Amino acid sequence: MAGRKWLLEPDFLVERDPDRCIQCQVCVRQCANDVHSYDADEEVVRSDSSTCVGCHRCATLCPTGAVSIRRAQLEFRPHGSWTAHALRSIYKQAETGGVLLAAMGTDRTHTVTWDHVLLNASQVTNPSIDPLREPMELLTHLGRKPDRVEFHKGDARKVVTKLEPQLALQVPVMFSAMSYGSISYNASLALAQAAKEAGTFANSGEGGLHQDFRKFGGSMIVQVASGRFGVDVDYLNTCAAVEIKIGQGAKPGIGGHLPGQKVDAAISATRMIPEGTDALSPAPHHDIYSIEDLSQLIYAIKEATTYTKPVSVKIAAVHNISAIASGTVRAGADIVVIDGYRGGTGAAPTVIRDNVGIPIEFAIAAVDSRLRQEGIRHQASLIAAGGIRSSADVVKAIALGADAVYIGSAALVAMGCHLCQKCYTGKCNWGIATQDPYLTRRLNPDIARRRLVNLLQGWALEIKEMMGGMGINAIESLRGNREHLRGVGLSDRELTILGIKAAGE
Amino acid sequence: MKRIVAREEFCIGCRLCEVHCLVQHSKSRKIIKAFRDEREKVVPGIKVESSGHVSFALQCRHCGEAPCIEACMTGAMARDPETGVVLSDPDKCVGCWMCIMVCPVGAVARGANQQVASKCDLCIGVATPVCVANCPNEAIVLEEDDE
Amino acid sequence: MSDCPYLIIGNSAAAMGAVAGIREFDRDKPVTLIARESEHAYSRPLISYLLAGKVDEKRMHYRPADFYARNGVRALLGLEVTRIDAQARSVSTADGQTFTFKNLLIATGGRPIVPTDLPGTQARGVFTFTTWEDARNIRAYINETGVKKAVVVGGGLIGLKSVEALKTLGIETTVVELADRILSSTFDQTASNLASAFLKKAGVEVRCGTTVSAIETSDNRVTGVRLRDGSRRGADLLIFAIGVAPDTRLARDSGIAVELGILTDDAMQTSVKGIYAAGDVVQTTDLLSGAKRPIPILPNACRQGYVAGVNMTGKKLAFHGGIAMNAVDICGLPTISVGITDPGTEGYEIKSKVDAEGGTYRKIVLKDNRVVGAIFVGQIDRAGIFTGLIKDKVDVSALKDLLLGEEFGVLSLPAEYRKHVVSGQGIEV
Repeated sequence: MAGRKWLLEPDFLVERDPDRCIQCQVCVRQCANDVHSYDADEEVVRSDSSTCVGCHRCATLCPTGAVSIRRAQLEFRPHGSWTAHALRSIYKQAETGGVLLAAMGTDRTHTVTWDHVLLNASQVTNPSIDPLREPMELLTHLGRKPDRVEFHKGDARKVVTKLEPQLALQVPVMFSAMSYGSISYNASLALAQAAKEAGTFANSGEGGLHQDFRKFGGSMIVQVASGRFGVDVDYLNTCAAVEIKIGQGAKPGIGGHLPGQKVDAAISATRMIPEGTDALSPAPHHDIYSIEDLSQLIYAIKEATTYTKPVSVKIAAVHNISAIASGTVRAGADIVVIDGYRGGTGAAPTVIRDNVGIPIEFAIAAVDSRLRQEGIRHQASLIAAGGIRSSADVVKAIALGADAVYIGSAALVAMGCHLCQKCYTGKCNWGIATQDPYLTRRLNPDIARRRLVNLLQGWALEIKEMMGGMGINAIESLRGNREHLRGVGLSDRELTILGIKAAGE
Repeated sequence: MKRIVAREEFCIGCRLCEVHCLVQHSKSRKIIKAFRDEREKVVPGIKVESSGHVSFALQCRHCGEAPCIEACMTGAMARDPETGVVLSDPDKCVGCWMCIMVCPVGAVARGANQQVASKCDLCIGVATPVCVANCPNEAIVLEEDDE
Repeated sequence: MSDCPYLIIGNSAAAMGAVAGIREFDRDKPVTLIARESEHAYSRPLISYLLAGKVDEKRMHYRPADFYARNGVRALLGLEVTRIDAQARSVSTADGQTFTFKNLLIATGGRPIVPTDLPGTQARGVFTFTTWEDARNIRAYINETGVKKAVVVGGGLIGLKSVEALKTLGIETTVVELADRILSSTFDQTASNLASAFLKKAGVEVRCGTTVSAIETSDNRVTGVRLRDGSRRGADLLIFAIGVAPDTRLARDSGIAVELGILTDDAMQTSVKGIYAAGDVVQTTDLLSGAKRPIPILPNACRQGYVAGVNMTGKKLAFHGGIAMNAVDICGLPTISVGITDPGTEGYEIKSKVDAEGGTYRKIVLKDNRVVGAIFVGQIDRAGIFTGLIKDKVDVSALKDLLLGEEFGVLSLPAEYRKHVVSGQGIEV
């Protein structure tokens, strides 16, 4: 008989400055975890830190700045291997006996390789370019490029070679796959609208495409995942591209799970499953057990869309990623998305999230090198995903070989996410990772869209600044251009795999 | 003239609008001081109604054909000719509550001392009403009234 | 006198409404206004506040001092109209003048009723209470003679407001009401009881079901009254507040159609073309009961005057009828009553909540799933929402159980109606 879980400790400490608190109770109303409450007898607001997840909703809205959130003060004796995290994970498991869940990308402090890669700048011999005065080309085309391009004999401007379908991006950043169901309607809407406004694309995720979003279809990449949720002919016809999801960086090798409580009427209609049933995506596609099967599915989709849309395949970055990517390209994929181990998720077992997969920096570099070696690099565009945090990460990813990047966590953060990592509870205080109508109204899609467009705009300007600094005025000149990168604090082996020199060389 | 419009679908029921309305109409205009000393003395002109997860903020609509102006027996309730805002003059009001009787939105309240009528004044004198400026979810917006 | 394009008899709410209506569409042609009372347009309901000393003379004015000048109104105050000649389209005044008109508005209001078969009503210290002059005279009499006790005959709105004023001046007061309860035309028994209890707590004696049978005088000054049951009350001051009747004399004498009040159509025009009437003098349609009767309340007078004024300019506007409603604060007890407040139970549904201890009462009267009446005693907040429901005849079947709830508000209203109320312009015509 389970009573109080004595071994569990609060993660955070809520501090309230009594001189600043005006008992307006905004915090009481806004916390979905019931941390704050009003004591009517004593006319004071009190806080119970034990349920605080550190989302900062209360602190952000407090009109006097009276609330702040600190890490919980229970200090363990310092230990190199038995960290607080290791201890607490065992306490949780001992009390619950279940699989520990986590959300968003891994929070482990392994090396973030982006931070060990530095960019070049031009001086003296190779002048830098001022992006505010000179034209800079960020326009990126994703899709299969031809082996050779033939021009018209009479008019050199005309291309005779038939070109495969391409996606045109104004900025080499797209919104990653986040299913409607794992995130709210308002969040999905904001992503679709922002993608359209910024001239890029948003991925629908494996939850199908809600009827209301079909009008943004021209800016959407729809996913065909192992659960095949929402996949019908209309779905395939409305979009700009189709993506077969084989794996996901946060949880390679396992499938997806949306709990039945989150499957309301709208989600049921969009995913084409009964209301209240769990939406289970199995680990493998049960009709893909070999690379030939994958090829068959790719071409089936191409047939269904009459070869008018690029077909993308998303794989998680794991060992032998180069071989897998090569096979995928030869199987007919026009775009290959590689999702690194820092990628986000709505819910995954913590051990899988934190221990399975490899970082995107090495994966993208390895895949780009291998495909170039095999002479097939032009047959598919490469997208890097998995924990891209800034425009600098974008530039480095492209320099390591990607054509463009997907951002998931960064987009959510732009909309207000504070990375409390509790998406799987459905109690997102920011109205993003929830279906609770009391919470979803907190995300005004207009405001969210504005923030996303602002993010892309800011990053685009920064990318141009960095490119200009390197003396480059077109993104194509950056793609796979390892010469512009140097490594610091990386081993020889790592430098070799990344294909870059060490700083100083 | 401009009117405040409440967008029900975005109201999160936080009541920051009520907080800021009180501060703006207090003597000190400083939030901590106002709440410490003047909480009982100022009735916010805006009120958030909530039922389940639905909520929205409501204040005087500054109607073009205001029933309160016609019902007012002292002429305290009148329209400011420059801004078009309906204002209640506390020096003229005798607290007969005819305005409360006729306002279809229930936007007029008995003031803190229960002596005179109290309602939204569209933050006359400030460029943007404070409820509009401080709503964290843009659920309260200022719109030009085409009428 | 030369032809007046617009001539108004009267200087109160209806007249002010008419000026606004005229000036909405005609900024140029002069308006002539003739009124028996000599004061600048003032708020009649404020006379009890004036008597009590709660407002001063300046606050009495219903419009700013420069109102007439700014609106191009030639105001002839302190001048009584003695005759209307509908055929000659002229009016004659007490000083022998004659004014011809193109458009005339009769806004003569009401006259207080005084019992005709009771000796002593002409004695000193006996008053009616409907004008500023009455307030002045009563105040002067109190100061001059040092009134200690007063009796007010009539437990209606005017009566109780007089009582309140006298109490404020420290005068021991008794109110005598013929019906079995005070405020019988606007309240039900429960509300009346609450109001009576409140008055008693304030030290007022309330006698219902009786009336004054004789007035005692000495030296032609009132000294007391005898009630129908034989009991006696000492009274240095006696106020009759037993009702106000529309002042239709001028209309009747000139052949304009009159019943309980002057008859008008939706444009506020009388039976004579170009002659309009508005305010307490008019008979209108009670929108709830369908009855034709005067509804002498300020907002109606204002609106009727406005409608008449607009129509006098040649533009079109209609007034389809009104609803009885009153807001009155009785010695500190706020009360509001709207519509049909005390129906028989046949066909009506009643929802009510009373707290006798706390002195609060809320009652909603429904018919065919629509609100037709409401009473609020003590807890009057947001009563106007119900007034809106009554006026717009909204079907409230889905919200019947919410009506008296703590959380009842605009949010409880049906979605379409709620949107209409929040985005509308107020008065819909």
